[in-house]
Amino acid sequence: MKFGIVRFPGSNCDADVVRAVTEGLGEEATYLWHKSHDLGDVDVVVLPGGFSYGDYLRAGAIARFSPIMREVVAFARAGGLTLGICNGFQVLCEARLLPGALVRNRSLRFRCVEVGVRVENAATPFSRAYREGERLSIPIAHGEGQFVADSGTLDRLEAERRVVFRYVDGSGEPTDAANPNGSARNIAGIINEAGNVLGLMPHPERVSLGYLGNTDGLGVFASLARSVGGGDRPHRRGAETVGVGS
Amino acid sequence: MTGAVASPERDLDITPELVHEHGLSPAEYERILAILGRAPTLAELGVFSAMWSEHCGYKNSRPLLRTLPTHGDAVVQGPGENAGVIDVGEGWGVAFKIESHNHPSAVEPYQGAATGSGGILRDVFTMGARPIALFDSLRFGTLDSPRARYLLDGVVRGVGDYGNCVGVPTVGGETVFDPAYEKNPLVNVMCVGVVPLERLIRGEARGVGNPVMAVGARTGRDGIHGATFASGELDEESADSRPQVQVGDPFTEKLLLEASLELIGRDLLVGIQDMGAAGLTSSATEMAARSGSGIDIDVALVPVREEGMTPYEILLSESQERMLLVARPECEEAVREVLERWDLQAATIGKVTDDGVFRVREDGRVVAEIPVDPLVNECPTYTREGVEDPEIGRLREMDLSAHRTFGCDADVDAALRTLLDAPTIASKRWIHEQYDTSVQTNTLAGPGADAAVLRLPAGKRALAATTDGNGRYTYLEPRTGGRIAVAEAARNVACAGARPLAITNCLNFGSPLRPAVYHQLAEAVAGMGEACRALGTPVTGGNVSLYNETGGQPVYPTPVVGMLGVLEDRDLRIGSSFREPGDVIVVLGATRDEIGGSEYLAAVGGLVAGPPPALDLDEARRLVELLVAVGEVGVARSAHDCADGGLAIALAECAIGAHGGPLGLEADLDHAPRVGEPAAAALWFGETQSRVVVSCAPGRVDQLMTLAGAHEVPAARIGRVAGPRGTYEVHGGGHRVRVDVEELGRIYESALPRRMREEAGLTA
Repeated sequence: MKFGIVRFPGSNCDADVVRAVTEGLGEEATYLWHKSHDLGDVDVVVLPGGFSYGDYLRAGAIARFSPIMREVVAFARAGGLTLGICNGFQVLCEARLLPGALVRNRSLRFRCVEVGVRVENAATPFSRAYREGERLSIPIAHGEGQFVADSGTLDRLEAERRVVFRYVDGSGEPTDAANPNGSARNIAGIINEAGNVLGLMPHPERVSLGYLGNTDGLGVFASLARSVGGGDRPHRRGAETVGVGS
Repeated sequence: MTGAVASPERDLDITPELVHEHGLSPAEYERILAILGRAPTLAELGVFSAMWSEHCGYKNSRPLLRTLPTHGDAVVQGPGENAGVIDVGEGWGVAFKIESHNHPSAVEPYQGAATGSGGILRDVFTMGARPIALFDSLRFGTLDSPRARYLLDGVVRGVGDYGNCVGVPTVGGETVFDPAYEKNPLVNVMCVGVVPLERLIRGEARGVGNPVMAVGARTGRDGIHGATFASGELDEESADSRPQVQVGDPFTEKLLLEASLELIGRDLLVGIQDMGAAGLTSSATEMAARSGSGIDIDVALVPVREEGMTPYEILLSESQERMLLVARPECEEAVREVLERWDLQAATIGKVTDDGVFRVREDGRVVAEIPVDPLVNECPTYTREGVEDPEIGRLREMDLSAHRTFGCDADVDAALRTLLDAPTIASKRWIHEQYDTSVQTNTLAGPGADAAVLRLPAGKRALAATTDGNGRYTYLEPRTGGRIAVAEAARNVACAGARPLAITNCLNFGSPLRPAVYHQLAEAVAGMGEACRALGTPVTGGNVSLYNETGGQPVYPTPVVGMLGVLEDRDLRIGSSFREPGDVIVVLGATRDEIGGSEYLAAVGGLVAGPPPALDLDEARRLVELLVAVGEVGVARSAHDCADGGLAIALAECAIGAHGGPLGLEADLDHAPRVGEPAAAALWFGETQSRVVVSCAPGRVDQLMTLAGAHEVPAARIGRVAGPRGTYEVHGGGHRVRVDVEELGRIYESALPRRMREEAGLTA
């Protein structure tokens, strides 16, 4: 299978995702240039972390208008597996593929630290390699990672088990002290209604390689590989939607 | 372009006042007249002023810097290039350099620090190296002053936002607080990058007719004469210098970084250089000087941000995120294609010539014509008379006996707490959590460790790197301070198990025109040279920042050393903190009766006095050799340099930061190796050099002792690591302290957030 990693000019975790997928998992990866109109034959699209177009306006606000995003949106709407990490999560929200928004951290400061993350739903194509309730240790690195949404949306996300990852403390509890950015209900990652688009603020690609001494994040990519390889991925309406457009 | 014109037209009278305003002495002006054989134009005067500033020309420091060792087996590129380069094996080189941005940061901390990071990143990627790490070495006043808090906050945001956006982790550094830096903070940033050695490129302008291209941001009026500004002292009017502080754009930097590496990777360039201090002027002339060529440019072709910019302004603008390229013949179009792909501006502004002249035109009309070699290489240099300030001699000889002992155990306990709460010693988590420390997935050991350890692109080797410097020591005894800056950096790198290989240095001093300051500079450089030779770590480049003073009050003379070392096997790296309950604690190196210049004396006694700890170069070398050997056989579970706050603090740090949560410890300092009879305060908090706290499994203590003996390093077991959430139980010099490690941890962790008015443990 092949992962396509979108490269906006200001992406800076693109190479890390490639390394996690190729060295950590042994799968294929290819870059998708932001000016391109073609996703090629990728099975999964990853929007990596970084500062897509500088993000001086609002994280991800400009990226959603880039040529490649037309294709990513079409791919995602057709059921293609799409993962947004950090800035990629922000872009997915801006592109309305995921509900809610990511605003400045409660502290108003950029924060990089390894945090506890609990797998809330292990029945998604992005988390099936984990056990439900498993506690992972994954770094965050963001200034705008506070997930916000209106209470109706939050209730719905919870009811539909679409909160896939949640910030928790050492004993696995979603306490306020364990919330690194003030996110509503300690939400670290959510999935869309159709179950094929996931965004999360923590960086699984930074804990996917053995030499770093922590491979808690590899499960996200392994889940995707299994979902594609296992033939039980969500329905994707054919490749004809891919690459169509201006 | 039209042919050569005899000489540029005079545009206005160059008065002595104008010469003075450009920071040039009458004698220097005479030299300019001799070089040109005529009076300069205003543009030419500006060019000389910038190139002969301390920042570009090193006029007061060059004779001293020449005494430093610059050659060694590992050195691929020494001083004089955009950055130094060492060979780390498997065909890879590491480019690195440190630079100051003190003056801009004093005036506008956020942009000052951000553009400092930007400049040093460009110095590294213009060697063809991909930056993999940044380090910040910072000095501020004490945090009870609102201004110091404002500066710390702005500088940390500036360093963070820039590196975070470009995607280069900030993995180490140091932050020191002292009233000496109240009005003049020091902001030094080191960048480290990796380059396949066959891709190494230099800032050269070879090949007659090759196109010279300006790339990146447009040129504006910002930062004109920044190099000259940075070479004068700060005064009350410095705030009015804000227009000389540039504004950073890390997004454009990221584009420049990727585009430059692509251009270099595809072998499309002859040379490339950052338009840093003195902008277009320094990049063009330095590139020509390295190649013995000339450059002919037309400022009318330079993309500008504002209408009506004069040649003078275009030549001297320090607008950020700009580079000068010399393309290979026939490659101009390919270069343009790459840059376009990255949405970067590129303009061909001139060509390489063979006449050794820097010729500047405006719409074809020559406005400056200066022979390159004397401009770049014949900056007047001064060897001045240095005389020690007698007051410092008195401080050094002050009677410290009242501070050498403790009244009771409670005094020791209080001193321990005071030191853990001293911002210079306390946890810097508040700072480094604002930096992306893990992007690029190379960080094997990050902030908080003695040295950062980074994965290298090929093989099992890893890079260890650190920055160090102690202004207080250097103030009290500059030669010793210079030695210690190098030796401590080497020790930190060796504590990770790595062999120290080379340094870059940043010399932050006051005005060299003061004999007392020149004395400090000369002595500190001499001390650094001695230590570099003894430890086999040559200097590959660096930066000099003089005139760090306000109202006639210089900062502490602060030489900062950035040291690189290589670890043969990344899996054998040694951490700084305890790992396992039951492990034996061993002290390497003997304690002397020294408290002078210590953080203890400053924080508890309120005194900056006494001689700083002595540094025996041979001892320093033996300890480094021992640590490398310890690393190779994997005998230690942790190794932590004993520095600010002495043994008592080193032990507390090992316990608080223990792997997997705080661990207790029991230790008897009376068992530590010693020379003579150190007083109690020296035993607990003295800063005797060349000492390291090591922990190792009980079954391997003998092996460790044997190794220490073979290296002639005194070593003794002083205690053992206790269990989780244990107590810090230490005896020594007739005193005993017993306190929960978690309590010490709370003091250590809350010191900075409390002073920055943010609660410790407030995680959001």
